[in-house]
Amino acid sequence: MADCTRREFFGLVGGLASTALYRPLPPSAAQDSLPGTGPSGKLWDPSRAGRPLPPVTARDNDAAIQAIEKQLKCTCGCNQDVYTCRTTDFNCTTSPAMHQRVLQLADRGKTAQGIIDQFVRENGVQILMAPPKRGFNLAGYFLPSALILAAAAVLVLVLRRWARAAAATPATSAPAASPAALDATAAELERLRRELDRLPG
Amino acid sequence: MTVLGNLALWVAFLVGIWGALTGFMGGLLGRADLQQSARHAVFAMCAALLTAVFALEWALFHHDFNVEYVAAYTSRNLPIFYTWSALYAGQKGSLLFWASVLSVFGSLALTFTSRRHAPLLPYVAGVVCAVAAFFVTVMLFAANPFARLAFTPLDGNGLNPQLQNPGMVFHPPMLYLGYISMTIPYAFAMAALLSRRLDTDWLVAIRKWTLVSWLFLSIGLLLGMWWAYVELGWGGYWAWDPVENAALLPWLTMTAFLHSVMIQEKRGMLKKWNLALVIGSWLLSVMGTFITRSGVISSVHSFTQSPVGYYFLVFLILAAAASFTLYARRLPLLDAEARLESMVSREASFLFNNLLLVGIAFSVLWGTLFPILSELVQGTKVTVGPPFFNQVNIPLGLALLALTGIGPLIAWRRASLPNLKRQFAVPLTTGGFVGLILLVGGMRDGWALMAIALAGFVAATVGQEFARGARARHRQYGEPYALALARLVGRNRRRYGGYIVHTGILILFVAFAGMAFKTETQVTLRPGERATIRSPYGWTYRLTHLGISQYDALNRQVTAATLEVERDGKRLGVMTTEKRQHVDGLGRPTFQPSTEVGIRSDLREDLYIVLGGVVNGTEQAVFRFTINPLVWWVWYGGVVLVLGGLVVMWPGGGSPAVKRVQAGYAVRLVGKQ
Repeated sequence: MADCTRREFFGLVGGLASTALYRPLPPSAAQDSLPGTGPSGKLWDPSRAGRPLPPVTARDNDAAIQAIEKQLKCTCGCNQDVYTCRTTDFNCTTSPAMHQRVLQLADRGKTAQGIIDQFVRENGVQILMAPPKRGFNLAGYFLPSALILAAAAVLVLVLRRWARAAAATPATSAPAASPAALDATAAELERLRRELDRLPG
Repeated sequence: MTVLGNLALWVAFLVGIWGALTGFMGGLLGRADLQQSARHAVFAMCAALLTAVFALEWALFHHDFNVEYVAAYTSRNLPIFYTWSALYAGQKGSLLFWASVLSVFGSLALTFTSRRHAPLLPYVAGVVCAVAAFFVTVMLFAANPFARLAFTPLDGNGLNPQLQNPGMVFHPPMLYLGYISMTIPYAFAMAALLSRRLDTDWLVAIRKWTLVSWLFLSIGLLLGMWWAYVELGWGGYWAWDPVENAALLPWLTMTAFLHSVMIQEKRGMLKKWNLALVIGSWLLSVMGTFITRSGVISSVHSFTQSPVGYYFLVFLILAAAASFTLYARRLPLLDAEARLESMVSREASFLFNNLLLVGIAFSVLWGTLFPILSELVQGTKVTVGPPFFNQVNIPLGLALLALTGIGPLIAWRRASLPNLKRQFAVPLTTGGFVGLILLVGGMRDGWALMAIALAGFVAATVGQEFARGARARHRQYGEPYALALARLVGRNRRRYGGYIVHTGILILFVAFAGMAFKTETQVTLRPGERATIRSPYGWTYRLTHLGISQYDALNRQVTAATLEVERDGKRLGVMTTEKRQHVDGLGRPTFQPSTEVGIRSDLREDLYIVLGGVVNGTEQAVFRFTINPLVWWVWYGGVVLVLGGLVVMWPGGGSPAVKRVQAGYAVRLVGKQ
């Protein structure tokens, strides 16, 4: 470096700097279109937009297919049904594969129930978004309502017993004073009750 | 700072154990010195835990990536807003947050509770110290937020993109505040049981705390729904996820308590039931934390799972056993002071309301735990998703909505037939009329129709209550109607605030019914191409894909698709939906690309646009367009509900003096006629 002239030194620094700063443009960058002006310009960096997707087909929006997929659980761990997952988590590769399987089974002429049964055979009952209504699962569906109805029946019985007991011993249980204590006639008390009834609440 | 944090945790741990011991012993032995020591222990623990919070925040803001928690949840380019919220983004930090807030609430309860309740306070201090000490124990022995790595990474992992949303900054702390503040009513309930002071007095001490807790839970749930809607991109706000369910459970039981407590205050009845509800609500809040933490049930909230769940399970079992044993031993002291006089009374309607609320809570819990039960009983794990919960809970929810309208129409103690006729005439007519209009208008979804018709019934009930009250004041005092209405609410905040809450609930039900008419479609569009979709109202939306742009933002690389939106030929504007690839400070991708939804809201429906991705790296894009009717009303109903809650808990409305004035007003009114 001792023999290096000033011109050579600056040339070297310039060369290094331009090498360090040089970033080759991706081949697609020059092809980007302005919004709405091109048929379909290339993105500068497609990887930033997530997993590449195939174009949507008419069958992807088929209501019958969607209804089937809403009963099947995606196995990617998202806890969602196949339809919701494939139209929400666009990084997931499991739900599109399950969607293709549904389409495949439909193409073979299977009915909606047949497709669901096939998924259950292949993956177990856990593939369903809700357990089938049989055996122990019936407890899942009906126990809460049955318990609430039973509790309501018990509550009605208890309330009736309390009400009867209260009617039998009004002076001890209710804080309301007797007519004599109020120095009012029964008619006056009835009028008071009617007036109170008119008050809100 | 981590040394300070660890030291603070150890101090909190030791002081917490001391406070629990001295609190219980001081109360039982009646020793003033121990009682005073327990009180000081709560304050000292609070100071120690706040110091630990300060130490963790210091590490977060100074990017001390040698601290495992800091490296796991932040990066150098994470916005400050989210760096702060990283405190509770992960499990270890949220445990610290839990314990710290509990100690703050405990200190506030000890400072501001009336001297009248002084005999209860040593036990309250003991319970607060014991619960907080448990959380500190979990931190010290299983999930230390100050644990260090063996090396220092250049940058951290960053925060999960789904958590980088303003809703997520406020949603977790609000839920936590709801969970945590529930410890205070529980502590008072245990204090009442331990001290045998089981009259209605302890309820007065916790009235505000139960409302605070319910209000925080309500806000937390609503913010969670909002976050799910704007961030997750599936076009809904409630998915019956186990963690959502876990937050709903204590809200339901607390709501039941807020109703049944009125019967105890007014009539001295339901003491056993109310105590059971307070204890149950707190245990459910701990169980919610257990479900969130353990991963025992798969959930979308998987970012919080770890083995510390088993600490919670043991704690839950011990706490439940201790609480209910004590409760059972005190049952003979919990006899009612009065008896219910009629089946047709406000008290009876509140009991049915409680039955439904607790029944719905049981049904949600049952559904949440059913996969585990099924595995135990049948050896098969089943999935219990939205179809199951909707099927079981929609009828129960509608029955509850009906009771929301029926309850206020029935008089306390005993309702007479003429009174019932007069009270029910307008609401029933309104509900029937609304149902008829919808039926004639072509609505054929039975549940939605019932929900809106019942909402009409409840709205008429609430309207009638306000109208009659304001008219009575107008007649009595000659006040203009607006002033009469304002004073009516101001003088009886609990009652009319409650009606405002009911209004919020009915708005929410109408909004939920709107989702029955949700429509969605997926399309692929090149720039310049258009898609046409029809809304349930019959409008036609035309969406033109304008193109895709890519640019860098602070901590993410953005791919944004822009669409022009027209409705029935009228231009509404431009909407944007994004894919975001988050990167760390060195430009390395940290998570998978996430979606940023484009939403256009109005009173009737939301247009909800999601950019799914692109085809072959071009501007040809896959979109999902969803039209969600009445979603705006979920947020509006939520605001009304929270406002109603604030009116109820606003100081002064329920004081004995006001009650005396009201009693006088009633007597004068009767006398005048």
